[in-house]
Amino acid sequence: MTGSQPLTIEAPPIVQSHAAPALPRLLAGIPAHGAMHLDEHLAIHGQAPLARGRARGRRGASTLIDQLDRSGLRGRGGAGFPTATKMRAVATARRRAIVVANAAEGEPASLKDRTLLETLPHLVLDGGILAAQAVGADELIVCVCESAGASVDSVARAIKERLPTPDGSPRLHLTTVPEHYVAGQESALVNYLNGGPATPTFTPPMPFEQGVRRRPTLINNAETLAHIALIARQGSQWFRQLGTPTQPGSALVTLSGPVAHPGVYEIEHGASLSSLIDAAGGTTARPRAALLGGYAGTWIGGEFLYGLALSEEHLAPHGASLGAGVVLLLSEDACPVAETTRVAHWLAGQSTGQCGPCVNGLDALATTVQEIAAGAAQAKATQRIDRLASLVRRRGACGHPDGAVNFILSALDVFATDFADHARHGRCDGCMRPAELPLPATPLTAAPTDRRSASEPVSIR
Amino acid sequence: MSHSLRVNPITCEAHGMCAELLPERITLDEWGYPVIDDVPLPPALLDHARRAAQACPTFALLVERERG
Repeated sequence: MTGSQPLTIEAPPIVQSHAAPALPRLLAGIPAHGAMHLDEHLAIHGQAPLARGRARGRRGASTLIDQLDRSGLRGRGGAGFPTATKMRAVATARRRAIVVANAAEGEPASLKDRTLLETLPHLVLDGGILAAQAVGADELIVCVCESAGASVDSVARAIKERLPTPDGSPRLHLTTVPEHYVAGQESALVNYLNGGPATPTFTPPMPFEQGVRRRPTLINNAETLAHIALIARQGSQWFRQLGTPTQPGSALVTLSGPVAHPGVYEIEHGASLSSLIDAAGGTTARPRAALLGGYAGTWIGGEFLYGLALSEEHLAPHGASLGAGVVLLLSEDACPVAETTRVAHWLAGQSTGQCGPCVNGLDALATTVQEIAAGAAQAKATQRIDRLASLVRRRGACGHPDGAVNFILSALDVFATDFADHARHGRCDGCMRPAELPLPATPLTAAPTDRRSASEPVSIR
Repeated sequence: MSHSLRVNPITCEAHGMCAELLPERITLDEWGYPVIDDVPLPPALLDHARRAAQACPTFALLVERERG
């Protein structure tokens, strides 16, 4: 680990800079303060075309769904499922559908959905309305994390600006959801909207079969809907002008850690990590590793960061993906073992307590990691972790236990030397330093920064 | 038509009846929750599997027809 090559910003590697003038897309015209009003939104983007001809009862699917199919848009909530496929499943169901805009954003290292709603609520509403028209829904429910007060206010104002609801437009609702890691999981959201707790349920039925009020329910991440708003106007070819063939378009990422301006940025898929760090004003300390995809995600060691491209193709060899657009740098001063221990305990605490293997397994994993960190572990502690991991994986009702296991195993792999040192000698100096990885107790608050000119990736918080 | 076993992990309360009635396919983890072999059940085990499912106090063990 000590030989890892630090990321430097003096020699920017090849960036897809030719495409830079095409950005920002989602973040175009972002206001310096507050939220963009409806008239400004329409001045920048124009009226959204009406998504004609919902698929129900027709042979062909709606024009918009076909367009989204051709665009290659995939969900931006983390799972990356093809958006058109999901919409078709809802559109062809017999009963009238409901659309849910998901901005629960329980991931502590992600701010993109709340930022999007706080600044550009009409883009998300547009996308949600278009999606509702395409699948034949008469209702759009925007779900925002209860801790994102400014986003809640912004959406409430934006909905008021659109009253009265025009003919052919769905009714718009706003709901706050509890701040919990799994509250944004689809079945948990449905459970909550149906009056239950925000905890996952056993599936099937899947939400697209039987969701809110037993109606077929399309749940899309807020950013996904914002992309739909632009694709409906500009077309699928336009969308594909940025990004890679398998991952077209731009994406919002939350960059945090030792950079001058942590925040939310719009990047082209395939852009280099270095270009993103440059856009954030460079590093303020040497990053020794990057966490991609948040606390269900994967660490990539410092030696690989230089020249790393933020695309599926480049991240897959590391077993990583952008997930919901989380890029978190860990500074060289931090102790990755102490950080992993803290997050592992938090992840165990985020179990909703419904499934035995998750409740017991994540707790046992966190305890074992802590024993290693304190130098108090039994011999064969890493075998114990592997055994626990196999007992946890694929045995919960939702993906939370799998994500937590992924995070812990990735840390043990990338920071193997540090874990071995701790197992032998216990706590290190770095263990005493203030924690770096954000958790709701120490939330990520990106420092306000100058909003960038339209020609470069834009930092909006 | 092939069948396989599945557990509803939310309703499962680790009574462990299933592992006693169907040890061929079900073992218990260190906390008493069933670890299921989910490859399709051979016909000879199907009745035993159904009996195990019926014996579960919380009806958490499911004998499912293969989807697709």
